[in-house]
Amino acid sequence: MAELEKNTKKVDVKGAKKEDIMSPWKVVWHRLKRNKLAMVGLYTLLFMVLLAIFGPVVQKYAFGITMEKIDLYNISAPPSLKHPLGTDEVGRDILTRLMYGGRISLTVGIVAVSISVLIGSVIGGISGYYGGLIDGIIMRLVDIFMCFPFFPLLLMLAAVLSDYKVDPKYRIYFVMIIIGILSWTGLARLVRGQILSLREQEFMQAAEALGLRDRRKIFRHLLPNTFASIIVSATLGIGSAILSESALSYLGLGVTPPYPSWGQMVQVATDYYAMSVEYWKWIPPGVCIFLTVMAINLFGDGLRDALDPKLKR
Amino acid sequence: MRQYITRRLLQMIPVLIGVSILIFLIFQAAPGDALTGMVDPKMSYETKQKIRKQLHLDEPAIVQYKYWVTNAIKGNFGESFYFKQPVGKVMNTYIWNSFYLSLASFLLSVLIAIPIGVISATRQYSFLDYFFTVFALIGISMPSFFFGLLLIKWFAVDAHIFPVSGMMTPGSTAVGFAKFKDVMYHMTLPLIVLTLGSVAGLMRYTRSSMLEVIRQDYVRTARAKGLREKVVIYKHALRNALIPVVTIFGMWLPGLFSGAMITEAIFNWPGIGPIELLAVNNRDYPLLMGVNMLLAFLTLLGNLIADVTYALVDPRIRLK
Repeated sequence: MAELEKNTKKVDVKGAKKEDIMSPWKVVWHRLKRNKLAMVGLYTLLFMVLLAIFGPVVQKYAFGITMEKIDLYNISAPPSLKHPLGTDEVGRDILTRLMYGGRISLTVGIVAVSISVLIGSVIGGISGYYGGLIDGIIMRLVDIFMCFPFFPLLLMLAAVLSDYKVDPKYRIYFVMIIIGILSWTGLARLVRGQILSLREQEFMQAAEALGLRDRRKIFRHLLPNTFASIIVSATLGIGSAILSESALSYLGLGVTPPYPSWGQMVQVATDYYAMSVEYWKWIPPGVCIFLTVMAINLFGDGLRDALDPKLKR
Repeated sequence: MRQYITRRLLQMIPVLIGVSILIFLIFQAAPGDALTGMVDPKMSYETKQKIRKQLHLDEPAIVQYKYWVTNAIKGNFGESFYFKQPVGKVMNTYIWNSFYLSLASFLLSVLIAIPIGVISATRQYSFLDYFFTVFALIGISMPSFFFGLLLIKWFAVDAHIFPVSGMMTPGSTAVGFAKFKDVMYHMTLPLIVLTLGSVAGLMRYTRSSMLEVIRQDYVRTARAKGLREKVVIYKHALRNALIPVVTIFGMWLPGLFSGAMITEAIFNWPGIGPIELLAVNNRDYPLLMGVNMLLAFLTLLGNLIADVTYALVDPRIRLK
């Protein structure tokens, strides 16, 4: 495989045309590049990620502003040169908190989705491969999870966290785990459905003839063939995980102070005065959530089209 | 068909039992019980124990679960700790407010989404198609609490066009049409938030289903025999394109009653959403059990209705 990729690269460097062999991922990338909306999404997302990673560092070393630093002379101050997005009710710089909040919100999204992809693809794979009784039991379990209203369940679990008075530092991880283990069902069904049809194909007969172990057949031969849909559903899943986290934090049950998250920053708007006058406190984080999720959805949508061979234009 | 429906109804039972066990386990996982947090601090330990005894809170989880199930089968979901009223009565008071709001949003979404989906599909890759696609993605990506707050700020606080919250003007005794007008006036903003969120999914569904249909042979035949494009699209193609869309209607059933928790909470709409939030915050587990069991049941029923209507509108589908 690596050799093949090297070869195709060589061909590309020579400036060859489109007839040349391209690796599947390169084909996808080429198709994706032509989709302007997807590229807008990708660049916006990259911008948000870079801002979240490097923004706080720049703020700290260039301007000496950290997440916790309090500017007593500027409490609830509107945007100014010193604080481009103003300060909050205890005099902390909103822009800096926004960038830290980005770190947390993005991490929550990515980790939660990793968890749900892991559970979903393994369970879906097992269920689809073995079929029969195992499949029946697993799918009933999925039914139970699926007929449960997602958000109330999330709220109840988060409320249990509050009851245990979990340290805010660790609470973030629990929030990731909860969102992750509540959202694997859709993917499990998707993977199972694909594997049901994949396992009847000829290459699986070959795998059977080779006498491979079940584990190897599932993880090496079946699951890789479902990667395309897993990737699309994971990408879009990050967007909805960020939305869930922000809604949870907005209700005070997600990421809790002193750690900022975008949803939690919007919470100040429950105060009538802050909502009507101090717009700089809650509009920027809300816009950040919207832009990030929108970028992810644009990109994920484009990715779906690029990965779908039926949609050749 | 009748046999199929009976079997599906019977299949619901284990799933519902599973759901009830799951909710129950979550409550058991929490430290303390309903009396730890909310009750008057002046209450003596003995009184608390007495109440615990009354509510069977002092018994092991499995016994508590047994009490709950035996009562639930008789249609008695217990008494809400917070409202001090039977759960059924509390739900009945608020669920209809959620229903009106959701129904309005549902109708509005259908009216907007299906035409948009058709236009997008018939002019695939046109400017309008991109415009509507982006619009749909905005609807999916917009956090409802933020959008709701923005609308309140713009239209209620700054412009004074719509009320900030509630369902009726406080102290209003209007009846008949005047009451309807007042409710509609209060409903507008939450309706916009809810509709923006739900138009997106339905529109994309209609679009992709329509795209598939208009490539089929019989559509070409319809064109070839000289029918006007409008007739081809709206009479021949749309009818078939709507078949899979029908299933979405069935899945909307739980949504009609569950209410949009956050949207309702932000606009102070007296629906089931804010009640559930209250119940979560007060560990009012009889109420939460009741609400969630109802929703789970409606979800299963919605799926069944979706499958049955699918078979009804599409003769190619046979239910076994």
